Amino acid sequence: MTVLIGLRTRKPPKVGVVVAGVFLAVLFAAALVPSLFTSLDPLDAEISQALAAPSAAHPFGTDQSGRDVFARVVYGARYSLLVGFGASAIALIVGLIVGLVSGLSPKPVDTVLGKIIVVLMAFPEFLLALLVIAIIGPGETSLVIAISLAAIPAYARVARSQTLVVKGSSYVRSATALGVPRLATIVRHVIPNTLGPLLVMATIGVGTAIVSAAGLSFLGLGPAAPTPEWGVILSEGRNLLDRAPWVAAFPGLVITATVIATSVVGRALRGRS
Amino acid sequence: MKTSERPAELVKKRGGLGLRLLGHLGGVLLVVWGAATAGFFALKLVPGDPVEVMLGVQAQVSESVKAGIREDWGLNDPLPVQYFEYLGRLVRGDLGTSYQLREPVVSVITAQLPATLALTGLAIVFALAIALTTALFVRGEWMTRLASSVELVLVSSPSFWIGLLFISFFAYRLHWFPVTSTDGLAALILPALTLALPIAGILSQVLRDGLTRAADQPFALTARARGLGYRGLVARHTLRHAAADGLTLSGYILGTLIGGAVLVETVFGRPGIGRVTLRAVIDRDLPVVLGIIVIVAIAFAIINLLVDLAYVLLDPRLRS
Repeated sequence: MTVLIGLRTRKPPKVGVVVAGVFLAVLFAAALVPSLFTSLDPLDAEISQALAAPSAAHPFGTDQSGRDVFARVVYGARYSLLVGFGASAIALIVGLIVGLVSGLSPKPVDTVLGKIIVVLMAFPEFLLALLVIAIIGPGETSLVIAISLAAIPAYARVARSQTLVVKGSSYVRSATALGVPRLATIVRHVIPNTLGPLLVMATIGVGTAIVSAAGLSFLGLGPAAPTPEWGVILSEGRNLLDRAPWVAAFPGLVITATVIATSVVGRALRGRS
Repeated sequence: MKTSERPAELVKKRGGLGLRLLGHLGGVLLVVWGAATAGFFALKLVPGDPVEVMLGVQAQVSESVKAGIREDWGLNDPLPVQYFEYLGRLVRGDLGTSYQLREPVVSVITAQLPATLALTGLAIVFALAIALTTALFVRGEWMTRLASSVELVLVSSPSFWIGLLFISFFAYRLHWFPVTSTDGLAALILPALTLALPIAGILSQVLRDGLTRAADQPFALTARARGLGYRGLVARHTLRHAAADGLTLSGYILGTLIGGAVLVETVFGRPGIGRVTLRAVIDRDLPVVLGIIVIVAIAFAIINLLVDLAYVLLDPRLRS
């Protein structure tokens, strides 16, 4: 969803940024110490409590085996944040390297790499991720690999064009003229100036990665069934829509809130940089 | 997620329309060849014996039979030979044979294409209608703020989740739409709307930003000074400018439709290309996966070609 970055130039209101930041902080806390938020076990089945509507005891209701949906969503934060941040970090690092190599290489190499990036960019990220899973098979690790590989072309493209801009800038030319070694110039000038826009991109990319991960595991290509992963909970909820719509409703709501929070924070960062 | 070139760059880069078309055609071939080659070699990396994949796990087949299959499918040939034979078939429009369905990939895809085209076609109509309506009618401080918030929610939420909410509310609770039926227009409305909403969200953002920018141009002031109302200005002048911005999103929209079709068809239990893709990924039916890659590459290349032509239609400055 990189196109989003170019669009909204309006800065989000301050209150919104604070709320989004607090939400993400709570989510991180839930990922690290889920027992802070719920005393229930996400895998504990209590058949007598099956399909209970949301109440004080079960704020998000229970599923067909009587497991607490709130506890499952809280414990699920770990998987989603891991995939979201992990995949974005890998994509950023690999994209940065590819972009730097391309931008700093002699013209023919750069042209070929640039063309490869363009061909890969022509493919929807979700389809690329599916293709990667077709090759390496489903599972939790596959999810991270597939989503990060699919996102690399977008990062590489920005890193490459940013490298080209920085390479031609007066401060890099001054450094070269002053006899600063090439590697030192790259480390001190090119990388820091390329990293800024990529970091903003990655902040917003975390949300996209979380949605893709939920989608892939909803399709059964991620972690296996009882795992409290948001996409898995959604796919369990799919068969309960007539009896217990809350099983699907709440995890989706949390995913949406997470994505909104990351893009609000990302936009605020972009406004600053 | 390719954003197409902006008109100004096109004018700068190449001269006539004919030359540009020729360049584009070359680009189409390059992208399709690149995608087919990358896909071919990527799928050769897949661990495991394709014959085992074809036969399934439980199959009790002797080694000699397996060797026969391997021979029939040309799997014993050296890789370059397999690659060039694959390219040769591709040029003749043959995408190979499905491991699982034992049917030509082309007929597997064409059999499912109408269902997916109906779904995505209606989704585009919905998305355009929603985006144009908001572009025309949303004005002023609080309405803009409300629209922006709704758009943020639409582009941020997983579309398959919205689909699940639709089923639970409109099909199960209100009984307005069928839950399981897959034929007829009524069964198409909820899935198409599900697919359309994220696109509508992003499209109306882009259109509104474009309208706001175009409204600051001198020609807009002239038109207003002549007494043209706001909606008249939008319909006759500024929408044209904003539409050029919208066009740059075509590649992104196509990507969203294809990726979204996999999820939406699963959520609503509809047949189509998305379901075929998912099945092929799960079963590791590599010829089908490769075929879909090639078809998507062709679709992208054609869309970019059309977008380039549409710029010329929208912007008279490019016709020189």
